[in-house]
This record gives sequence, structure tokens and C-alpha cells, in this order.
Amino acid sequence: MGCRHDQTPQECEHFAILRSLGGWFTPMKIVVLVKHVPDAASDRAFASDTTTDRAAVDCRLSELDEYAVEQALQVVEKAGEGEITYLTMGPEAAGEALRKSLSMGGDAGVHVIDDALHGSDALATSLVLAAALGKMEFDVVICGMASTDGTMSVVPTMLAERLGLPCLTWASSLSIDGPAVTIRRDDDDASTTITGTLPAVVSVTDQTGEARYPSFKGIMAAKKKPVTTWSLADLGIDPAQVGLSAAWSVVDSVTKRPARQAGTIVTDEGDGGVKIADYLASGKFI
Amino acid sequence: MGEILVLVDHVDGAVRKSTTELLTIARRLGEPAAVFLGSGLDSALEVLGRFGATKVYVVDDATIGEYLVGPKAEALVAIAEKASPSTILVSSNAEGKEIAARAAVRLGAGLITDAIDVDADGVATQSVFAASYVVTAKVTTATAIITVKPNAAAPEISETTPAVENVAVSYSAIATSAKITSVAPRAKSGRPELTDAEIVVSGGRGVGGPEGFGVVESLADALGAAVGASRAATDAGWYPHAFQVGQTGKTVSPQVYIANGISGAIQHRAGMQTSKTIIAVNKDSEAPIFELADFGVVGDLFKVVPQLTDEIGKRKS
Ligand SMILES: Cc1cc2nc3c(=O)[nH]c(=O)nc-3n(C[C@H](O)[C@H](O)[C@H](O)COP(=O)(O)OP(=O)(O)OC[C@H]3O[C@@H](n4cnc5c(N)ncnc54)[C@H](O)[C@@H]3O)c2cc1C
Ligand SMILES: Nc1ncnc2c1ncn2[C@@H]1O[C@H](COP(=O)(O)O)[C@@H](O)[C@H]1O
Repeated sequence: MGCRHDQTPQECEHFAILRSLGGWFTPMKIVVLVKHVPDAASDRAFASDTTTDRAAVDCRLSELDEYAVEQALQVVEKAGEGEITYLTMGPEAAGEALRKSLSMGGDAGVHVIDDALHGSDALATSLVLAAALGKMEFDVVICGMASTDGTMSVVPTMLAERLGLPCLTWASSLSIDGPAVTIRRDDDDASTTITGTLPAVVSVTDQTGEARYPSFKGIMAAKKKPVTTWSLADLGIDPAQVGLSAAWSVVDSVTKRPARQAGTIVTDEGDGGVKIADYLASGKFI
Repeated sequence: MGEILVLVDHVDGAVRKSTTELLTIARRLGEPAAVFLGSGLDSALEVLGRFGATKVYVVDDATIGEYLVGPKAEALVAIAEKASPSTILVSSNAEGKEIAARAAVRLGAGLITDAIDVDADGVATQSVFAASYVVTAKVTTATAIITVKPNAAAPEISETTPAVENVAVSYSAIATSAKITSVAPRAKSGRPELTDAEIVVSGGRGVGGPEGFGVVESLADALGAAVGASRAATDAGWYPHAFQVGQTGKTVSPQVYIANGISGAIQHRAGMQTSKTIIAVNKDSEAPIFELADFGVVGDLFKVVPQLTDEIGKRKS
């Protein structure tokens, strides 16, 4: 096996020796789940069938999945080698989320695309992603903490449940050491350390640290990285199990909340605090 | 009417207010039965009865606290399989959502997350796209699982003496595959909980550093309010992340939200723009926070906020 371009000859030799020691040392395989979503900074809206309108606004790689990409890249950098594949389920444009991820680093993409998937709920999404993962090799699956459109934070757990894997969620830091994966999770009442054995599913929060920007070289390299597409037939899933008509919850109505109106804005002339007190008193808050 | 299961959110038997809200909602839908997992039932039972739980299912074993959500999810599933509830209500926090996700897959139940209200027909209201839309949705499967945000209902007392039913659960290997190896409890501030508070006083990058939060805390204490922070402030380590308001922090909807030195980025607005009244102090008159403030002062927060705190003190005495 040849050396990777980002390895020193020493590192390359080191890993060759480790590999020769027997089957136990194989480079880590990571799958990162990335979703293509309407930009949270744009005026998001619903289509007439009450699904998220993906046509009216700019879409992008979910900002919260960038943290998952970054963590995967860091795991590989720390280990010295490893393979990262990005997996997305979504319409054609979702391929852009794969390209963006690949421009940050990593090796390949898998795109599950099928017209029947339109309007799938989290249960169906996890069914499809679990089937895709079933066809892939991995030691760890890294997800974002939530998609910025659905904000459910349930897909990683549902995947783990379906695949029968340990699930370590809401990591604010992540480390992988041999067969063990350990996270720190900062809940309201406590900071907790959690450990599981690979293979496992992990979700990471925006506390894990800023994601890198793609370099020009990265963007060029991403164009040549392989992306495989799979349909529902490739995954052996009956289209009747997914999509809007199969969803186990239905949206009855969507109503735009009236935008908040600006109220009274005053400039402090030495009495700004008193003016707020007056305002609070007028509302009987003090 | 069928049973409605309410998963009790508690710390060693101290029941969170959100659970009393869920019990109140459950009474609209049917017969509320609480699911209490872990130890501390004795202190919880009175509260559960006061808010109308006619039955309490209890699973109390050592496994529950040793692993991340897996055992709790399997315990809830085991009870749901016995009780065949039409609806399972769970608090919408990290743990609750995860238990709900596992239970939904196991039970083949539809799932709605982050409801801000649930009516007698089981129709859930959600606030989506950074609170710019209100959506109503309903689960179509025989059992519905709904995670509900804090403050979705005003807790109503309905005294009962719940029947207690102990349930033994045997866990699968997968339930015990994510082990909790250490827990460092966070110090309590003594202030109201961020998501429950009537008034929230927040600080952002404009407070300039950890010391700057002193003026924010003093105002909060004068008002009996909770303290919140923007991500800029929590990222900088000026205030703990647990107090972050916004997309990746808490959603708050208090009577009054006072934003100090916060610009009003979309991700921050996502967590506070459903507050009844918004007050902002910012030295930049162009700051987007003023677009949604009911009352705003363009000025230096280190002058305005201490003056406000003093003024509240004066008017109180
Ligand atoms: C994926 C993602 C998730 C995010 N999640 C969140 C989230 O949950 N919550 C959140 O808050 N942000 C979140 N953010 C960050 C968000 O985009 C903003 O960067 C952040 O809210 C800015 O915080 P700020 O308003 O305190 O700081 P800034 O935007 O820097 O604003 C500081 C304000 O203070 C004012 N100021 C300075 N000095 C004074 C003074 N002496 N007196 C009065 N005013 C003063 C300035 O005029 C300025 O308006 C997220 C971002 C991303 C990408
Ligand atoms: N359609 C999708 N394709 C790929 N990954 C997804 C998809 N939906 C959700 N995920 C992953 O699951 C995480 C949580 O999503 P959610 O449960 O929708 O909030 C996201 O951050 C992604 O990592």
C-alpha cells in the first residue's frame, strides 16, 4: 500500500508496521451524515404541500453538520490516517452539501436520491439512512446535533436504534481511542462523560469548535472525489414506506407569525435606565 | 378514556415544573399516568398526585442512572406496551427527545417534537423556522409521542392519590452500550430556571468579559429574573453554555426579555423572539435587535443597566 500525500515517510512506515502486526489495525472508517437545508439566514417558507420550500430560498450544507465534518477531519488527522465518507439523503441539490463537505476534506460521498422520498418524516429518513449505512463500512457515524430546518435532533438516535449501535449524543467534545469512543456532554445540571465501543453513532454540538473553511485546493480536489448515488431500489426499500403519504405525522396548518414591530427606541441622555424602569412600571412588571 | 403516559423529568425525585405542565396537558387527552424512572419516588409522588396523575408506573433500578437514555427508553417502551396509551408526553430536552426517538422506532409510533401546545384532539402546535411560523400537526399512528417545550401550559392542580405500580424491566445489550463514566454537577445559581422565568436578563459580547456579567446579574436579581447569554458570550467562556439563548441553546418565552449588548443575530432571535415584551440596550442604533424590541435604549449598557437596577431598588422601597 502506498503512502498518503499528507503522511510523512515515517508515519507511512509506522502504519505499515502496525498493519503487518495482524488484522487488528485498520484505518478508521468514518461516515458523516450531512443534510442540505434552506439557509437559516434566509426567509424560510413552506410549499403548498406543507413541506419545507426548498425552491424559494438558498439552500446550503446545514451549519450544524459542518461541526460533524470538522470533528471527523480532526479524528483522521489525529490518527494519521482514516477514511471519511459523507452520506446525504435529499433531492438533486443535496449533492452540493456533499461537495461542500468534500471541499473541507474527506474522501467520498454517497447520495440517496429518489422522488418517492419527498416529504419523508424523521422515522422514514432514519429508515433510509440506516439502510444506506447497512451497505457501507464504518467504525463511527458522526452526525450534527440537529438539522437547522427540522431541528428535531432525533435522526442520530433513531439510526442507532435501528442499527443496534451505541449512541453518544450532544457531544461538546469527542475522542476516539482504540475501540472506545468517549464524549463530554454539557447538560443543564451536569457535565457528563460517556463511553461506548465502536462501531457507534455520535452527534456533535457547535461547542466542539469552529469548522474550517474549504481552501481553494480543497474546492478543486472535491470536484474529483467520487460520489455514488443510490435509489430506494438500490437500498431495497419499498417506496410506500417513505415520503409524505407514509409520514406518521401530518401537518394540518402553517401560519406565518406576524413580524415583530419595532417599538419605542430612545437614545440615552443620562436617564436611559430610568426610562426602562418607567416602561417596566407601565407594564406592571415592577 | 385511555391512559396518557407522561414521562417524569426529575433529578433524584425533584420533579421539574415542565412535568406538571405535561400532566395538565395529559388531562385534556385522557387519564394521566406518570412514568417515573430512577430513584426518589417518595418525594415525587406528592407532586404527581397534586397535578392529577391517577397512576404512577415506577422502574427503579441501578441500571437507569448508569447509562445514557437506553435503559430509560426501554423502560418507557415496556410500560407503553402494557398500557397501550394513545399518547406519550415527554419533556422536550436533550434526554427527552432521545428517549422519544428510540420509543418511536420501537413502538412504531409517530413523533412530534418541540410542541408549544397540545389540544384535546392531540393536535400539537409548533413554532418553526426560528419562530417565524406556527405549525399545527397531528400523529396518525395508534400511539402518538409528543415532546413538549417548557411553558406549554399553565400547571393546574387536580388532587389525586395515584396508584403505584412497580415494573421490572430487563434491558438489552444495546440499552447499556453508552456508559456514563463521570458526572460533574453544575453549581446552582439560586435564580429561576431560564426556561421557566417570567423575566430573563441577557448579556452578549457587549458586556465585554466575565466581570461584565456582574451588571447583568445585579439587574436580574433586582427583578427576580433568570440570566441568559448570547453564544458570543458563552463561546468566549464569560458565562456557562447552559445559559445560552438561541438556536443551539435554550428557547425562552418570558413576559419580559431584556437584551444587553446583544446584536440580535437570527440564531439568537430563534431562542427569544416569542417573548411577550422585548427590551434592548445597545450602543449601536443600527443593531438588528432594535427591529424587534418593544422598548430600546441606544446607549452604553454599563451606564444604563446599573441605573435601571438602582431605580428598581428605589421604587421597591
Ligand atoms: C450554527 C450556529 C448556531 C448559533 N447559535 C446561537 C445561539 O444559540 N445563540 C446565540 O446567541 N447565537 C448563536 N449563534 C451566533 C450568532 O450568529 C451571533 O454570532 C451571536 O448571537 C452574536 O452574539 P452577540 O450579539 O452577543 O455579539 P455581537 O453580534 O458581537 O453583538 C454585540 C453587541 O453589543 C453591542 N455593544 C458593545 N458594547 C456595548 C456597550 N458597552 N453597551 C451597549 N452595547 C454594546 C454592540 O453594538 C453589538 O450590537 C449561532 C451561530 C451559528 C453559525
Ligand atoms: N436527510 C438527511 N441526510 C443526511 N443526514 C441527515 C438527514 N437528516 C438528518 N440527518 C443527520 O441527522 C442530524 C440530526 O437531524 P434531525 O434529527 O433532523 O434534527 C443532522 O445533523 C444530520 O447529521
